[in-house]
Amino acid sequence: MSYIGIFITAIFVNNIILSQFLGICPFLGVSKKKETAIGMGIAVMFVMTLASAVTYLIYHNLIVPRQLKFMTTVVFILVIAALVQIVEIIIKKTSPLLYHALGIFLPLITTNCAVLGIALLTVQKNMNFTETVLYSLANAMGFTLAIVLFSGMRERLSKVKLPQAMQGAPIALITAGLLSMAFMGFSGVGN
Amino acid sequence: MEKTTKENLTRGIFKENPTLVMLLGMCPTLGVSTSAINGLGMGIATLFVLILSNIAISSIKNLIPNGVRIPCYIVVIASFVSVIDLSMSAWLPSLHAALGIYIPLIVVNCIILGRAETFASKNNVFQSICDAIGMGIGFTMSLTILGAIREILGAGTIFGYPILGLDANPILLFIMPPGAFIALAFMIIVFNKLREAK
Repeated sequence: MSYIGIFITAIFVNNIILSQFLGICPFLGVSKKKETAIGMGIAVMFVMTLASAVTYLIYHNLIVPRQLKFMTTVVFILVIAALVQIVEIIIKKTSPLLYHALGIFLPLITTNCAVLGIALLTVQKNMNFTETVLYSLANAMGFTLAIVLFSGMRERLSKVKLPQAMQGAPIALITAGLLSMAFMGFSGVGN
Repeated sequence: MEKTTKENLTRGIFKENPTLVMLLGMCPTLGVSTSAINGLGMGIATLFVLILSNIAISSIKNLIPNGVRIPCYIVVIASFVSVIDLSMSAWLPSLHAALGIYIPLIVVNCIILGRAETFASKNNVFQSICDAIGMGIGFTMSLTILGAIREILGAGTIFGYPILGLDANPILLFIMPPGAFIALAFMIIVFNKLREAK
């Protein structure tokens, strides 16, 4: 697959949220305001790329040679959790401004299934190191695009009067459904 | 005692249904509910992990230092998920292939970590099992119903059997990703209406 193809497929055609359903929790949880959505998107981009690169190295240098493939899930989730903690500590020490912007999102990312999902997918798809990094960066960009678009729609929707039973999650899900439908227009592009 | 047991068993099914009320575990809910059988399979896999992790965590809760409890829970959960993952690939290969990446992702299903943190770490083993069964059944139920709705509307079948006749024109959209969001939204609306009426 060409490198540009990876980006187009991951961002538009096979969007991580809207067609693969990974990372729905933050997508619904922190998308009420555009600023927080952008913050979450950047935090995910940072952590996801880093996590996939680190898990790639661990998988190919530790797990495969020692035939510990059955431990993959356990190892990956621990590595991601530790990594998030380290990133949090480093950001806190070096850049209080960045910490202020991203700090609250970092603990949430540990249980973001998108990060573990992409790490596992790159391994399953037998990608090499460059592809792994690009693939996770592209998917994270897709995540950011979807969550920012979605937050813009939700900001406007919050001013609309709705029946009681539709408030909150249901209207958010319908909006996401429409957004996902719009993204289906890209299917077939880039193949 | 009797009353709390019953409450712990039934809490997850209606009052605090993990999918429809608490909105936990959305990724597997939307991702695998393309058919009733996939929803059922995912629900049961999660139910097993939930019961096992609740048993383990409520039995070792006094040994875990408070500061590192979340990583400990994650290791416990991840181990059970690996067990279920490998068992399924050995005995149910077709279901395992259909659920794909979502099986290892049970690890990060917030329902399991949530129950470990809010229930199993504070209650005894028996009550934790009851809670796990209730929550697991609630999750399985909503996944199966959502899967069935999408399968009927999108393919005209249920559990693989055609029910709309051969000349039916199913709405393909409901099998596709947008259908998942929309079907779940309407399911929550109906559920909210039912809760209002109660």
